[in-house]
Formats: sequence, structure tokens, C-alpha cells
Amino acid sequence: MAATNIEVWQLGTVVEVRNIAANVQRVVLEPSRPKTAEPGSHIDVMVSIDGHQDKRSYSIVESAEDGTQLVISVLKAPLSRGGSLFIHALQPGDQLEITQPLQNFPLRVGAQRYILLAGGIGITAMINMAQVLRNLKADYTFVYAGRNRAAMAYLEELQDLHGENLVVHIDDEGTSLDVDALVAGATEDTELYMCGPIRLMDAVRRSWTERGLSYPNLRFETFGNSGWYDPEEFVVKVPSLGLQVLVGPGRSMLEALEDAGADMMFDCRKGECGLCEVRILQLEGAIDHRDVFYSSRQKNATEKMACCVSRAVTSKTGLTAEASPSGPAIVTIEVS
Amino acid sequence: MTEVRTQSSTTNKVLGYPLDVWYVAAWDKEVTRKPMSRKVAGRPLALYRTEGGKAVALADACWHRLAPLSLGKTLGKDQIQCPYHGIVYNSAGRCVSMPAQETINPSATVPSFPVVERHRYVWVWLGDPTKADPELVPDMHQLDSPEWAGDGETIHAPCNFQLVLDNLMDLTHEEFIHSSSIGQEELSESDFVVTHDDGTVTVSRWMFNIDAPPFWLKNMRDKFPGFEGKVDRWQIITFRSPSVINIDVGVTKAGTGAYEGDRSQGVNGFVMNAITPESDKSCHYFWAFMRNYRLDSQLITTQLRDGVHGVFGEDEAMLAAQQAAIDANPDYEFYNLNIDAGGMWVRRLIERQLESEGRLVPGA
Repeated sequence: MAATNIEVWQLGTVVEVRNIAANVQRVVLEPSRPKTAEPGSHIDVMVSIDGHQDKRSYSIVESAEDGTQLVISVLKAPLSRGGSLFIHALQPGDQLEITQPLQNFPLRVGAQRYILLAGGIGITAMINMAQVLRNLKADYTFVYAGRNRAAMAYLEELQDLHGENLVVHIDDEGTSLDVDALVAGATEDTELYMCGPIRLMDAVRRSWTERGLSYPNLRFETFGNSGWYDPEEFVVKVPSLGLQVLVGPGRSMLEALEDAGADMMFDCRKGECGLCEVRILQLEGAIDHRDVFYSSRQKNATEKMACCVSRAVTSKTGLTAEASPSGPAIVTIEVS
Repeated sequence: MTEVRTQSSTTNKVLGYPLDVWYVAAWDKEVTRKPMSRKVAGRPLALYRTEGGKAVALADACWHRLAPLSLGKTLGKDQIQCPYHGIVYNSAGRCVSMPAQETINPSATVPSFPVVERHRYVWVWLGDPTKADPELVPDMHQLDSPEWAGDGETIHAPCNFQLVLDNLMDLTHEEFIHSSSIGQEELSESDFVVTHDDGTVTVSRWMFNIDAPPFWLKNMRDKFPGFEGKVDRWQIITFRSPSVINIDVGVTKAGTGAYEGDRSQGVNGFVMNAITPESDKSCHYFWAFMRNYRLDSQLITTQLRDGVHGVFGEDEAMLAAQQAAIDANPDYEFYNLNIDAGGMWVRRLIERQLESEGRLVPGA
């Protein structure tokens, strides 16, 4: 099916809210201009954070066939930028601006074999796909990894629905996912679709490449909201603009620079396109590269970064031992 | 049968086209390692074959800046390269190379549509891929059966596809348009029978003890040299949703039992028609004439193909003129005749299909 990414904004009315796992809120929305949601699609939502409007993307977990109801399920992340708090505060009757379904993560019908991999709240992107594969009687394995049972949304329903096709890994029960073993089960004709934290997805990408599997058969979606390290406050300096800006843990570097009046180039704002690239002139600390635009080689070189998602961190949690031991990390950059 | 009801849109002058169906995109011979462009149901496609010979249909627009992939070239086992900035996609439409960067943007895909190759045609499915069951390809087995021989061509008809379906579901026009080949006055004088079910419509017409028109006299003499005399003639038109019409045609020596089932004293052909919408006002009309006698004669194959080419050229001219008249008279409506029963059932089946896809626009 043709993917469409033309944003058509409409009103969504909240008709039901329910807590379905630890810190996971399920929100049922009735769009004013319904459109059928393909598996893998998401909606963009205007959220209100401290009085300003911001856009967030959430996977469509469930949807009525004619699109008249859409369900998103959102994890309240203590270190998030504030979007999840807004969603968790929604009540029936509330109205918010949402797009019609957008598609960046299409499921291809007709692969020989499928592996679906969900880590944590990433399950929300995979549920619709799994349902379609089940209906098609496709050869699929659905892998769901989480920290503990209480945090794993939809777990029981999925076990009932997918039976032996669902494989569950739970850290607290000593059954953590072995990424290499999972990837070893993939053949040349297997397509693997995944959504989860960046550590998990990086590990799968590495293992997939090492095994020489077809890279286009590895499908993933990232909204650029997870990193190797917890977000912390850091300083960004732009000498050519005479700017020094403090980037709070709930803001991106791109947003902070925009707030300070810098005229920034960008597009996807989720670490895919590379348009927001800035050159690193000097660094006290390390870079938490959260994008999928740069190769490992480029990330290790620390010459450039995608400022829409990537951050500076101090040595306590950062990559390099020689970084400044105290105070916020400082990155000095040149912009385009 | 499901409930029968009338709709004001039944005689739409421009009928929409279903998407959850198989359409003929090309003859098998047209699709090669060199990509080609063809618009089907409003969507431009890049068609090509993999190294292994499998036909591929991708949206004909690169993810990056929408340059037509059909102007690009095929690479490796199953890939196609955009001619503009060199971005490479595989047959699933996934980007496999972005020359100017070390990684691949995970969003970079172009739609890849399900393809089936059957009966000498490449069929594509542009709707919901989860419903693309190859078993739903309409039966056109005469095209590649060892019991039949023949060939065909493609007409790029400048009219809504429904006008071609109307044309083929009522052959009384043969008397007027095709008077020098297959037309005769008995066509509009003889009775016809219409039947339908959920996916097919059939119009049968038999004419007994008549003179064979020039086209059929020639065919009779190919099988029965020097044949003279009266014939029994039939036309059994079968529509298969959404846009295939196979017409069982033939003549036998009069009174030799063709109607009862014995066609041994005659000649039988099948006119195979697949009409693929291109846009609201144009379509690809794939046709072939197949016969079940003198199978080894390439001469007859060529003569029949050329003969039908001439006949269908007459239709094409009329269809173009009809569409132009429709466009020039937007305030006039279509009216129906009794002879339109077959075409009207076709419209109703197509409207039901559009309705099931949630795409029927009442009164449009």
C-alpha cells in the first residue's frame, strides 16, 4: 500500500483512558476525519508542555477498521521531555490536535518469514503488525522483551492471541533476550521488524550486520527518544553566533538553539535525515549519539552530531574516560 | 444474492475503479530488465524484471525527490537505481544504498505492489496487499493453453474504462461499427439472455441459419476449405469482476447442433479482453483473439490478430469520440436501453466492489 506522509491535522476526542501496565496509559481517540490505519502507522500529536506546543509521535496500537477509533498507549517516562505527562493527564472528553495516520514503518506482505521484536513500550508499534501476520497465517515469531511483567503492556492478551508464536523475555525473571541467539535464527529471507530502546536496536543491527544478513530486511522505527545514557543538562556554545545555551534534560539541543534565536536547518527531528547536522569544534564530556544517520565510524569520530536527538553527557555516564569529571558537559559547535 | 437496490449513480458517466483487485499492467513480453513506466488505476508504476526473471512493480517515484525510477536502470539481482541521485532500491521497495552517506535512512522506501504473472499477463494489485490472493486472478486460460492459439495487442483508449466494458457487453454495435467484418443485421434482431452472480455477468446471443459475415466466412473456410452455406452463430460474453471480458464466439454449419453443445462442424474463438483503468479518462485495453483449430498455423494467428486489430480500431475511434462528446456535454445524462442490461449489471458489480472498499461516492 502506498505510504503517505502528508500531515492532515484533525481533532481527536478522548473517549476512554485506562492504565494497562505500570506507567502505561491506554488512550482511545475518536478522530474527526477518520482514515484507516495500516500496520506500522503512527499519529503525530500536539502536546502542551509548560505552556508551549510541541509535536510528538505515537504508534497506533489498535484501530477500528474504518479508522473511527484509534488507540495509543504511552509510557510515562520520568526523564521524558514532557509529552508523556501530557498524555497521562488526558481525560475523556478532552480534545487534542492529531494527524491522520502516518506511515514510516510499513509491513511488507509476502516475506518468507518474519521476526517481530518489541522492547518495552516498543510493543505499541508491533501489535498491529503481529495481528496482520496472524490473520495472513504467515510464518512469524513475535518476541517481546521487558524488564518485568508488571511493566509489560498487553502481555496477557498477546499470549492468548499468538500462543506459541509469542516468545517472552523478562529480565527480572532471568530470561533476558539473547540478541545474538535471536538473530542466529534469521535466514536470508527473514524480515525482522523492531521497535524498542536504542541499546536493543543497536545490538540487533550489529548482530545482523555481523551475520551478513540483508540490511534492507531489518526494519525499525525510532522516534529519536531513547539514548545510551539518561539525558542530562549540558551547555552548547556557538562561537560564530556568540551563543552559549543551557540545554535542559527535557529539551533537545535543536530546540534550545532555536529558543535562543539560532536559525537552524532541520527536517525529520528524529535522527534519520541528517539535515540538522552540526560540526563539533570542542567537547568537554562525550556525545550520546541517538540518531540512525551516522555510521558507528562517524559516531566514534565525534566530529559531527545530529542535534535534533543527540546530546552531550559527562564522563560519569559518558563514553570517554578523559572527559570532564564534574559539571555539565560542554559542546562547542559550528552550525550551517 | 445480496439485496438488490437501485442507486442514482448506476449510470455514472465516469465510474471509479476498484483497487482491491488484480489489473493487467502489461503483456509478459513487455516487462524486461530495462524498466518501463505504466500508469495503472491512477498510479504510475515502474515495471521491470529481476535477474531471476520475476516481474516487479514499484511506485514510479523515488522516495527522495520523486524522480521516475522507470528512467533508471536495474542493478544486481533485483535492484533498480534512481537515475537522478543514484539511490538504489530492491524489489521490495527498500532502499539499499544512499550513495552520499554511510547509512540508509530507515524511512526510505517506495511502495512495492504485489505482482502475479499468469495467462501471458503481468497483473498488479494496488489496494490492500493483505487481500492480494493470486487465486483471485480472473480465468483467462485460453491465452496460454495448448488447446488454443492466437495473439493480441494493446489499445491505449482515451476513455473511461467503463465505456469499453459497455462496448463489449453489448455487441449490437457490431452491425453499425463493424459492418464490413463481423456486423450483420441479425445481431440486433436476435434475442439475448443475461445472467449474473456475485462476480460475473453473462450475455448470450444465438443466431440460427444466417449468412456468415466476411470475418467468419474466412474462418470457416480455413477449417472447411470451400465452405458455402448458412451458419449458426453465437456470442457468449462473460464479464469477470472488475474488468475482464472473455467472449466465446463462433459459427457452425447451420443445424449441426452447436446450441445443444456439438461445435465440431464449426470454428470457435475466444476474444480475451482485459481493460485496465489508467486515469478517469483513459485505459489500457489488452486484447487477444484465440482459436481452437489449425493451432499450428502462424499465418492464421497473424491474419486473425491483424483482422481484429482493424475491427478494434473502429471501436477505438468511436470510444474516443464518445468520451469527447461526454466531456463536451457535461450537462447531459446517460440513458439506458434494454440492450444495456449486461453493461448495467457490470456497473452494479463494480459499484458493489467500490462500496466494499469504502470508495463509492454516491452520485459522483
